[in-house]
Amino acid sequence: MVEFLEFTLSGLAAGMVYAAIALALVLIWRGTRVLNYSQGAMAMLTSYIALTVINETGSYWLGFAVALAAGLILGAVVERTVIRPVTGKPPLNAVIVSIGLLILLEGLAGVLYGSNNRSFPFAYSVNGLSIGSVALGITRNDLFTAVAVLGAAGLLAAAFRYTSAGLRLRATAFNAGVARLLGVRVGRMLTLGWALAGLIGALAGMLVTPPLLNPNSMDAIFVLGFTAAVIGGLESPVGAVAGGLLLGVVLNYASGYLGSESVNLFGLAALLLVLMFRPTGLFSAAPARRV
Amino acid sequence: MSDSRPAGRGQLANAAAALAVEDITAGYGAVRVLHGVSVTAAPGTITAILGANGAGKTTLLRAIDGSIRPASGRVLLDGTDLAGRRPEEVARAGIAHVPEGQGVITELTVAENLQLGLLLRPRADRAAAAAEIYQRFGVLAERKNLAAGTLSGGERQMLVIARALATRPRVLLLDEPSLGLAPKIVMGVLHLIQQLRDESSLTIILVEQNARSALAIADTGIVLNLGAVVAQARASDLATDDALRRHYLGF
Repeated sequence: MVEFLEFTLSGLAAGMVYAAIALALVLIWRGTRVLNYSQGAMAMLTSYIALTVINETGSYWLGFAVALAAGLILGAVVERTVIRPVTGKPPLNAVIVSIGLLILLEGLAGVLYGSNNRSFPFAYSVNGLSIGSVALGITRNDLFTAVAVLGAAGLLAAAFRYTSAGLRLRATAFNAGVARLLGVRVGRMLTLGWALAGLIGALAGMLVTPPLLNPNSMDAIFVLGFTAAVIGGLESPVGAVAGGLLLGVVLNYASGYLGSESVNLFGLAALLLVLMFRPTGLFSAAPARRV
Repeated sequence: MSDSRPAGRGQLANAAAALAVEDITAGYGAVRVLHGVSVTAAPGTITAILGANGAGKTTLLRAIDGSIRPASGRVLLDGTDLAGRRPEEVARAGIAHVPEGQGVITELTVAENLQLGLLLRPRADRAAAAAEIYQRFGVLAERKNLAAGTLSGGERQMLVIARALATRPRVLLLDEPSLGLAPKIVMGVLHLIQQLRDESSLTIILVEQNARSALAIADTGIVLNLGAVVAQARASDLATDDALRRHYLGF
């Protein structure tokens, strides 16, 4: 029972990061109908930028802030330069462009920073927390991860719900044609959506990268984040977070009871099962058809 | 925006018009739908655009609102040429288009749909404008916090018109506002359009399949056939022109 609690809590902690990646994917999917296969690579690059800042200045939090800002800018730049030209073209074009970008960014990181593992600091201590003699299976750093991801998701949800820019973003995502007729500058909204996704992705990168960073270090996490987004139905930010947490817990049970080598296998199996039996995700209602 | 035509007589003649479409040629890809269409709408009037299916009515509205880029010609809003601008910029300039098939954003609430329109106004005006709109459209006030997808067809039509008004347009383009509505509701919509003209001196371009009821409320009628204007006259004259009616309007 204690073991079960431990696996559940550490699963939720791992799931927080999948949730963040999934959230970034959903933001982009809703706005531009593009699956951003380079989301992980973008986060990898912003983590390298953070590491450079941390090593130069000695301040972890300055590096953290720079990574988020870099993610915001990178997202906007990617949308304007490589995604904008393929919008309105067959969906496969965007898929190929974003996979191309993944390869480009990982190659670029290899050239700039080398392909060796670099050690990357945690935000907080990774000593296991316990209540009395009962180990909880989570650390102070896990708590920070949870607060950061849930906080970011909450802020994002509030911004979408209560601000003018949020309303314009939602209108663009639901019906860009109508939004345009109401004077919404749709192009800017798409750029903003990518920028926000870049920011959330960079946050995920900072949280998941430690202890080691290399140009491919986000690949496996990206696959799991993608799975979480699909479980959540790709359309819903809430679904993305729920999908991430669910996946984290399930994979952690698999890892805990069956051995850690089974994690990636179970992750892919979960993706396949959802795509086969519930392709709209576990949390989506019947898809609302536009009239 | 290249404008190969010298500003000449046309501009002077249209100086008083709220909306003047001058010699627009437009279409989709290689298919040319409009062949040199000109329409002039005086401020505070209703202009009915009539014609059979495929005459180019909707294409004309899409050329005005920027959804398609005219190959040539001008779209003057109070003398400013908007031809070739993007739809969002045309909307910001003061032309509101209520497209056919309604276009409520079903996932947003009624209030959020309206708020989208209100965002084009200065912040200070929004609350008062919203109150005014809810007063006029009582049914929307009741359904304020419901998803717009839950509204009936007639209510949705009210919402899209209200939302267009929320942008405080100078010109309102209405494409088939009565499409798919019950006859009683159609009467209500037409009455509303008339009221809008009379109360706020809005300039309205009304595209209607139902020529008889459109001419009943319009000041001017324009008949399109195969992408060209075949008649432009006072609405009351068009309604009584038997040959024209039988030939192009089918009533």
